[in-house]
Amino acid sequence: MARKLKIAVSGLNAIDSPGPGVAVARGLKEAKSFDSSIIGLSYESLEPGIYLHDLIHKSYQIPYPSVGTETLLERIKYIHSIENIDVIIPNFDAELYSFMKLTSELAAMGINTFLPTIEQFEERHKINLNTFGEKYDIKVPKSKAIMDAGEIYSLHEEFAYPLVVKGKYYDAYIAHNPQQAATFFYKISSKWGLPIIIQQFIKGNEYNVTGLGDGNGNMIAAVPMRKQYITDKGKAWGGISINDEKMLELTQHFLSSTKWRGPFELELMKDAEGDFYLMEINPRMPAWIYLAVGVGQNIPEAIVNLALGEDVKAFKTFLTSKMFIRYSWDMIVDIKEFEQIASYGEL
Amino acid sequence: MQKKKYERPSIKKIESDMPNKFGMRSEYQPMTHIDGVAVKDIIKNYGSPVFVISEKTIRKTFKDAMRAFTTRYPKVQYAWSYKTNYLSAVCNVFHQEGSWAEVVSRFEYDKAIGNGVPANKIIFNGPDKTRKDLEKAIKNQSLIHIDHLDEYYTILEIAEMTNIRPQVAIRVNMDTGIYPMWDRFGFNYENGQAWDALNKIMMSKKMDLVGLHCHIGTYMMTAEPYGVAAAKLADLAVGLQQKYNHYIKYIDMGGGFASKNTLKGAFLPGSDTNPSFDDYAEKITSAIINSNISPEHIPFLFLESGRAMIDDAGYLIGTVIANKRSSTGKRTTILNIGVNILFTSFWYQHKITPAQEFTHHTENTMIYGPLCMNIDVIRENVELPLLNAGDNVVIHQVGAYNMTQWMQFITLRPYVVMVSEKAEISVIRKGETMSSISDYEVIPQHLKDFKL
Amino acid sequence: MKINKNIAISDSGFLLNPATGESFSLNSMGIKVLKLMNEGKDYLEIEKLITNEFDVSNSTFDKDYNDFIGLLQQNHLVETESTKA
Repeated sequence: MARKLKIAVSGLNAIDSPGPGVAVARGLKEAKSFDSSIIGLSYESLEPGIYLHDLIHKSYQIPYPSVGTETLLERIKYIHSIENIDVIIPNFDAELYSFMKLTSELAAMGINTFLPTIEQFEERHKINLNTFGEKYDIKVPKSKAIMDAGEIYSLHEEFAYPLVVKGKYYDAYIAHNPQQAATFFYKISSKWGLPIIIQQFIKGNEYNVTGLGDGNGNMIAAVPMRKQYITDKGKAWGGISINDEKMLELTQHFLSSTKWRGPFELELMKDAEGDFYLMEINPRMPAWIYLAVGVGQNIPEAIVNLALGEDVKAFKTFLTSKMFIRYSWDMIVDIKEFEQIASYGEL
Repeated sequence: MQKKKYERPSIKKIESDMPNKFGMRSEYQPMTHIDGVAVKDIIKNYGSPVFVISEKTIRKTFKDAMRAFTTRYPKVQYAWSYKTNYLSAVCNVFHQEGSWAEVVSRFEYDKAIGNGVPANKIIFNGPDKTRKDLEKAIKNQSLIHIDHLDEYYTILEIAEMTNIRPQVAIRVNMDTGIYPMWDRFGFNYENGQAWDALNKIMMSKKMDLVGLHCHIGTYMMTAEPYGVAAAKLADLAVGLQQKYNHYIKYIDMGGGFASKNTLKGAFLPGSDTNPSFDDYAEKITSAIINSNISPEHIPFLFLESGRAMIDDAGYLIGTVIANKRSSTGKRTTILNIGVNILFTSFWYQHKITPAQEFTHHTENTMIYGPLCMNIDVIRENVELPLLNAGDNVVIHQVGAYNMTQWMQFITLRPYVVMVSEKAEISVIRKGETMSSISDYEVIPQHLKDFKL
Repeated sequence: MKINKNIAISDSGFLLNPATGESFSLNSMGIKVLKLMNEGKDYLEIEKLITNEFDVSNSTFDKDYNDFIGLLQQNHLVETESTKA
């Protein structure tokens, strides 16, 4: 008889720019090493996952990260008192910091997590990408943080146009001349503040790898993917698992040099010479994580087992040339359910 | 029969992206008491608004900071940054805890002397020291942190004339990887200015070079730059050791530690993200200990942190004057606390807590001050319970700079009281009266009379 | 003043306007005032009931009531009485 586990999962916003929560829940449901009942953690009342009762047993609203860890901890204590949670898998970039801060408090309550360390989380930030690349000998596009639009006019000494103008958290534009760069500087800085990141433009094709590190430098899982259908928000709506030795080597190198702990997604760009540049490291599973499950690497299941302190064997193979094709699905929901989550914060 | 507590009727449209009720700050408990003293009683006796300083919090914060450094480094000395809050009662709590004084003007210098701080335990910083100020500080053997070469030459002249050896340090500015780089104060490390100044001092043989000082910035949200700065100062100390066989007595790392306030525009609250004393201490002390300074001559570590030591201990109590709606229907609330006394609301999202019971129902509110001036905004956007006119609120973490940078503008400045560790209240600065202001005015004879 | 037909208020303070699909959240005083309005009580009766039961002055309640009605109107939850010429 398989173990029965209660696992809380966030990121239930399976919308056009989706969180991975629903895909993670699917992976957990298909786990062979345990039976699970999934608790959803939501921020808004219309996150679709809340209403997928076949997959998500019960959902609770939790406070936004901006409210602080104290309030979050209070809320989790309440949920834990009812549900007795074994493992929490947070799936949003923005909430990870709070959960990492609370790791020991959660552990003391008997709630397990398997997250990157704060140092790893900070180090991989967009602003630190250059240092990261140097430190771990990984090719990254040359980038520079600037605080003053005046610096744009001397960029030609270090960068060739076109170049990419990026915000600290979000937004990126390609500028073909200093005038454009200055426009984007003001546009992005008014929204996301300073610094603005100037990045070398790499012409090429985008590839992604999702995987899992055990925190000791070992690669537990890694599945490379090439996006085949991209929405206007830049999200993959279809993709294919590929067997690329170079990408797997790069992933292995990333893991053994950083000793990354937890799931991740690497965003890579392959230039005309066939060299891979690391564009971004997402410290969580991607929305397309179910592709990994589907090709034989159940990363959500492995995370749960690592969180519980168990020995997890590294996945050796996966099926290549398998595609995921996403679709949207309209549920019919009674207003009573919406009232329940909106008024009481539980459904 | 006692009537039930009233809350005004409220209705709020549910939108998909609105914060849920578990995502609001109304989860806070009401703050009815500060260190055991009822907010209502404070207002009854000293009016509203009123600043309240918690002595207990100052002492606790000081001990926390000291513990962070002394457990990692053998010789640590704090100096209280007068400009952060120079109410004498506040200074004296720090002096009782063992702090020296750090001043940046003659006014502050005289205040420290007046409080009874021995002159040789006063650090005199800043670019504005007149010849008279320097003469006094040299005679008193205070620690003078030289900001520029003009100051150095004045000190040299005084030393030659008086035959007293001034006790000096230089302030060093440097690239620690942060922006903005504070290169307007002191001598630059990277371009050799600092070494040049040190050579001049050592060659003059007229003054005692006792320390090296830096102060890399303000509200530093990461501790790493302090490690860089400490390493660079240690490098200068090692150079002095090698070149002149001279050992400095202290390395002064200045201040700039962040408090737990949340800066405007920050996504996560300061209480979660800002470094702790332990974080700063770890970077600073390991950089000095790991340097090539010989262990027998390990210098004292001086610290001048102001904000992080006093912010948490300050509260500002106020009263709701009125509730209104803006032209777009947004709730606005007018408090009797304005930016004239809460200067820091220009850069912090100050935490505001009702001083009486409330329900979980909230409204997104804009908080205005009472001044007849458009920029008088205390919070642009805050989820607050449904406050009635006359209700009281407590604004948190206001201990730093507000009681020194406040303005007497439109209205008079309020009382400042301190709650002792035994929950006794003392007035530490009286509320201003008309005469506090008009006594300093002079009306020329021909302007004394008019008819309307 | 009348609440629009078909509008249902649940005990949780959840209010749905089936005509527009919009939903709202009320606090307990909001529920109370709406229910009294639904019972056909006029302002003077509501004011009397509330000020008797709760610790609030007539002038404060008057101001809050008007603010509340303003929001109901803004959200088209009440039938606006035609202004008499």
